[in-house]
Amino acid sequence: MLDVAATKQRGAFHLDVRFESPTPGVVALFGPSGCGKTTVVNMIAGLLRPERGRIALNDTVLFDLDLGIDVPVEKRGIGYVFQDPRLFPHLNVAGNLKYAERRAARTAAIGFDRVVGLLELQPLMTRRVHQLSGGEKQRVAIGRALLSQPRLLLLDEPLASLDRERRDELLPYLETLRDQLSLPMVYVSHQFDEVLRLATHIVLMQSGGVAAQGGIGAMSLDPRLRAMIGPDAVGAVLDGTVIGRGAMGLLRVRLGEGEIQVIAAGSAVGTTLRVLLLARDIIVATQTPQGLSVRNSLKGVVSAVEDDGASDLVSIDIGGGTVSGGRGPTILARITKAATRELVLAPGKTVWALVKSVSLRDVTSSGFPHA
Amino acid sequence: MVWLSPDESEALHLSLSVALRSVAISAPAALAVAWLLTRRRFLGHTLLDAMVHLPLVLPPVAVGYVLLILFGARGPIGGWLERSFGIHLIFTRNGAALATAVMSFPLMVRAIRISLESVDRGLEDAARTLGAGAFDRFATVSLPLMLPGLLAGAITAFSAALGEFGAVITFVSNIPGETRTLPLALYSALQEPGGEHAAARLAILSVTLGLAGLWVSEWFARGVRRMLGR
Repeated sequence: MLDVAATKQRGAFHLDVRFESPTPGVVALFGPSGCGKTTVVNMIAGLLRPERGRIALNDTVLFDLDLGIDVPVEKRGIGYVFQDPRLFPHLNVAGNLKYAERRAARTAAIGFDRVVGLLELQPLMTRRVHQLSGGEKQRVAIGRALLSQPRLLLLDEPLASLDRERRDELLPYLETLRDQLSLPMVYVSHQFDEVLRLATHIVLMQSGGVAAQGGIGAMSLDPRLRAMIGPDAVGAVLDGTVIGRGAMGLLRVRLGEGEIQVIAAGSAVGTTLRVLLLARDIIVATQTPQGLSVRNSLKGVVSAVEDDGASDLVSIDIGGGTVSGGRGPTILARITKAATRELVLAPGKTVWALVKSVSLRDVTSSGFPHA
Repeated sequence: MVWLSPDESEALHLSLSVALRSVAISAPAALAVAWLLTRRRFLGHTLLDAMVHLPLVLPPVAVGYVLLILFGARGPIGGWLERSFGIHLIFTRNGAALATAVMSFPLMVRAIRISLESVDRGLEDAARTLGAGAFDRFATVSLPLMLPGLLAGAITAFSAALGEFGAVITFVSNIPGETRTLPLALYSALQEPGGEHAAARLAILSVTLGLAGLWVSEWFARGVRRMLGR
């Protein structure tokens, strides 16, 4: 468990955060620029001293004002990948990696060759820092942080300085790290698609405070998060269970009491598959749909209809009662206000949700406890 | 060297020896002072800054005089050095090195300060998160990155030390083979009747040395820049 409670006054900016997130896992600090995300990460790393509070990682207290504990940065054993790569320009790539390896306080949990392999650094080893592209620099920076054998890895918008293409190139490496190493991570971002791909837990920050926090599934339904990410990104993140292969090799995945079929490779029966159902990709029907090209439909009960600006957002409980309070997993559908009136949608009404497309977030191979 | 007279050769060797010793004395001290002035805020910061720059604005003869008072055989520091370590500064080449070190100290501190200010603190923070303690960070990150500035400062100070006159002659006098460096030899030659020719040769030697120093400094800086990819 990463446990953070800290306050800090910087000029007119007041920071007061409190959150905890399970370890191992990836907690995303998500929020608009200037809301204090980097400040929080710097306090976890020890580069910035909170005025008050307590920061603890599992059984180790890193900072506690009342107990007079403030572990110095170099003794915290926390890896930090900064927004700018901060590689040592007087050393080559191998030199940068060895710099970290030599100073690792713990015995090597992640070996040199493994890091080089995971991040595909071998061809870069003899290059000097200024001969690397932006994406390569960040990969080296990540490798260097890993080789210090950290107990926690902080990533402060590691992709922010990269263009779209480089970003897409680096994201899979981060997913690999999440899945192959059971290393807790704090991932700072203001890009929701990155958060969606990487995080298991979200801490939503707003003007120096924590607006909401929770697992990614519950948070995907949170109105405060929805307000921040814009209408097109709104959707429900659900954990489905792979139940077998259907016709045409499609993967059958149980969601709530229903089932959808998706195109995916290599997931064994019984494993968990994380899916994102975007609200704009869901069509609501009040009768069993027939004669449609859309293959996936889930039967459910409307649990809420919310006014969301130009359209309405309908929450649909798809049954199974697996979520607290006897409720099943919920999906969101964005429909026009006219449709809400015409279909007489209100809580309690039985509907069919037609799923136009599904985004998969495969967590089956992860080292997380729920896998 | 064949084209130099024994006296000229002696003055040249002495100058190089004094300048080297001078840099050896001032470099570590200048590094420490530059670090304090750049990275620390403390009571007396402004005073220390002013003290460091004093030799730039004082007449060199005044500096030599102050050294004479402090480091003379009966001076508070000179007497102590004599009693405790048997170190004798007055009328020696070590004394000449001290005088030139004090005179070139501001140049060295300025050069180091500028290079220290250009060191990215972010890199030091990164080293810190990788487990490097304060001294480790300084030795493995800050120092290599400020090396170009440090060496440029050292070479400038070395060249300035070759030319120092007033403080040297006041503090350690003009003793052939011990404290008569190139500028002092040049001065002596001018004092002698018919010494114009010798003076001209010494002047040319000084110019050559100065140019060589500047060339080495530039060549070195270029090499380091290439290494760091700037």
